[in-house]
Amino acid sequence: MKNLLMTSAAMALAAGPVAAGSHSEEITLGVLMGFTGPIESLTPHMADAAEMAMKEVSDSGKLLDGMTVTAERGDTTCIDASAATAAAERLVTAEGAKGIVGAACSGATTSVLSNVTKPNGVVQISPSSTSPALTTIEDNGFFFRTAPSDARQGKIMSDILMDRGIEEVAVTYTNNDYGKGLADSFEQAFEEAGGTVTISAAHEDGKADYSAEVGALASAGGERLVVAGYVDQGGSGVVRSALDTGAFSTFHFPDGMIGTKLEENFGTMIDGSTGQLPGTDSPGKDKFEEMVGDAFDATSPFTGESYDAAALILMAMQAAGSSDPAEYKGHVMDVANAPGEEILPGELGKALDILADGGDVDYVGATAVELIEPGESAGSYREIEIKDGEITTVQYR
Amino acid sequence: MDFLNAIVALSNFVLVPAIAYGSQLALGALGVTLIYGILRFSNFAHGDTMAFGTMVTILMTWWLQSMGVSLGPLPTALLALPVGIVGCMALVLITDRVVYRFYREQRAKPVILVIVSIGVMFILNGLVRFIIGPGDQRFADGERFIITAFDFRKMTGLQEGLALKTTQGITLVTAVIVVALLFWFLNHTRAGKSMRAYSDNEDLALLSGINPDRVVMITWLIVGALATVAGVLYGLDKSFKPFTYLQLLLPVFASAIVGGLGNPLGAIAGGFVIAFSEVMVTYAWKKVLGHLLPESLEPSGLVQLLSTDYKFAVSFVILLIVLLFRPTGLFRGKAV
Repeated sequence: MKNLLMTSAAMALAAGPVAAGSHSEEITLGVLMGFTGPIESLTPHMADAAEMAMKEVSDSGKLLDGMTVTAERGDTTCIDASAATAAAERLVTAEGAKGIVGAACSGATTSVLSNVTKPNGVVQISPSSTSPALTTIEDNGFFFRTAPSDARQGKIMSDILMDRGIEEVAVTYTNNDYGKGLADSFEQAFEEAGGTVTISAAHEDGKADYSAEVGALASAGGERLVVAGYVDQGGSGVVRSALDTGAFSTFHFPDGMIGTKLEENFGTMIDGSTGQLPGTDSPGKDKFEEMVGDAFDATSPFTGESYDAAALILMAMQAAGSSDPAEYKGHVMDVANAPGEEILPGELGKALDILADGGDVDYVGATAVELIEPGESAGSYREIEIKDGEITTVQYR
Repeated sequence: MDFLNAIVALSNFVLVPAIAYGSQLALGALGVTLIYGILRFSNFAHGDTMAFGTMVTILMTWWLQSMGVSLGPLPTALLALPVGIVGCMALVLITDRVVYRFYREQRAKPVILVIVSIGVMFILNGLVRFIIGPGDQRFADGERFIITAFDFRKMTGLQEGLALKTTQGITLVTAVIVVALLFWFLNHTRAGKSMRAYSDNEDLALLSGINPDRVVMITWLIVGALATVAGVLYGLDKSFKPFTYLQLLLPVFASAIVGGLGNPLGAIAGGFVIAFSEVMVTYAWKKVLGHLLPESLEPSGLVQLLSTDYKFAVSFVILLIVLLFRPTGLFRGKAV
């Protein structure tokens, strides 16, 4: 009986690639993000961007002899690890996803990686998980991210403030992997550079009132308040309370706080505040925004990273000549980095042609992707300043 | 001058927010305590009753705003408040008629009524989310500040600023008016006296010819009004989100129990005790002490007793201490 089972399993396995090779078929990719929860205003744009890359590849008809790519969405809720795991489990086992773009939040990404994608051997590329802990996590080579680690963002943040002559700040962070990781890496970088962090206090998301938190922050003092939180959640609450009590009038915002919601909520009240978010001035970015048009908001954070994550999965499949994650996982770094022909957004068809002929590509994409070991973006950042109530770009770092 | 700065900093971050929060808690706790005193059970649905009344008020406010009606510098929500109160009164009367009356006629034990009220809580919670959605709703309009921190600094030349939000002012004024009305009603009207009699001894009250259905109805009407006022003030001052009203249940109950369940005066005192301890225990005193003490003694640390993460734990601890050493509460309510 055992033998019979083994044999039939082996046959089924053998039959898979044959069927795939013989005629055109579908490849399913999962788009796993927190469509509800603290960053629900960002994720729809990110998912649209990832699906745009899949559609581009499908329409070209050049992937593995004319395979089409379909996207299947799953909701991680961002904060509930078991919901994230269940959604990933569904994508991998029920929908048969060959790769996953996601998750968006670092906590969800960690639980999905250790409970679903690593045990099942599915490639997972996160466009926006920036927790430093993901650099050292055990992943068997199945995990990548097109977003940089917050260890890097902390350093950039410290540089921006130092360049403006600000040497004393108070820090508040949202009480989760993202907030804590970013606050710690910033504090370390800032103190190494000679600055002082007067207080580093957590705030819980989803509260109506942050006056106690702001009271403690105000008492500690500082020239600026660094808010490592979410714009849809406690981050905005803390800023409002700080403005109301006159505790702080200028702020520094990392990526989770920057969005159109920030302009809507505070407008000119936070003029002079600064911030940074992953971004680049490479030609890929303009090309990407032009391609998107009015389909969704291309300037929303992590849209380019999402497009790139999906594109990398598909190009790695082409390079490996197979949609089997165990085979194509080794090609992700190759297609992302030099040597090879540079590929911008909208040129995925061309890249697939080159790869099919056995050539090399260096994917630049919407965010000038450069993957460093162990499979994460080196990271370039857009420094912004609030002027007349609008987010304006100062420079790229 | 430094002494003045210390007072201003303390007022800005401790006194003003705590007084506003305390008034909101006190109004909520009054509702809980009236139900406990007269209907003899702990109403866990109170947080969501507050949310429901607030929701009706918000919907009415939006309608008024769309019609171009406003109160000038005051929030439009004050105009919509009576409608919210009526809506909430209708709701509590319906739940009493459909749910609680059945158990009251059976003379069910208080613990059964508590479980029933938890059921009502979940239904109301679902209803509110269904109608207005689970997200944050801001409905405050009009002038945001009575005085801003910046203006205060300019006016007085002090280093510290004092901000007073319009909503904080309204909260305090409304709370004083509502509490005065309530006490006048309980002590000087026939209906109020019959409520107190019913609360003291149900059987004796029945023998003296007090109509129990009328007492129950009046109690629910008052509770509906109190819940709506408390909910709207909290929502105006902070923001409205159904889930935060569910969480509000803990400090509200803590206030009612600390003050002494069933004792209206206790509910008010309890509200302020809880609010002040939540804010003061988690406040970093560095700034205030820095102004007060001579330079050599200035603290280098934050002088913070507990991190703000533990804000809710403070109400729990106070509750525990009071229940251990004075189970009837500060103002001698009924034993829990």
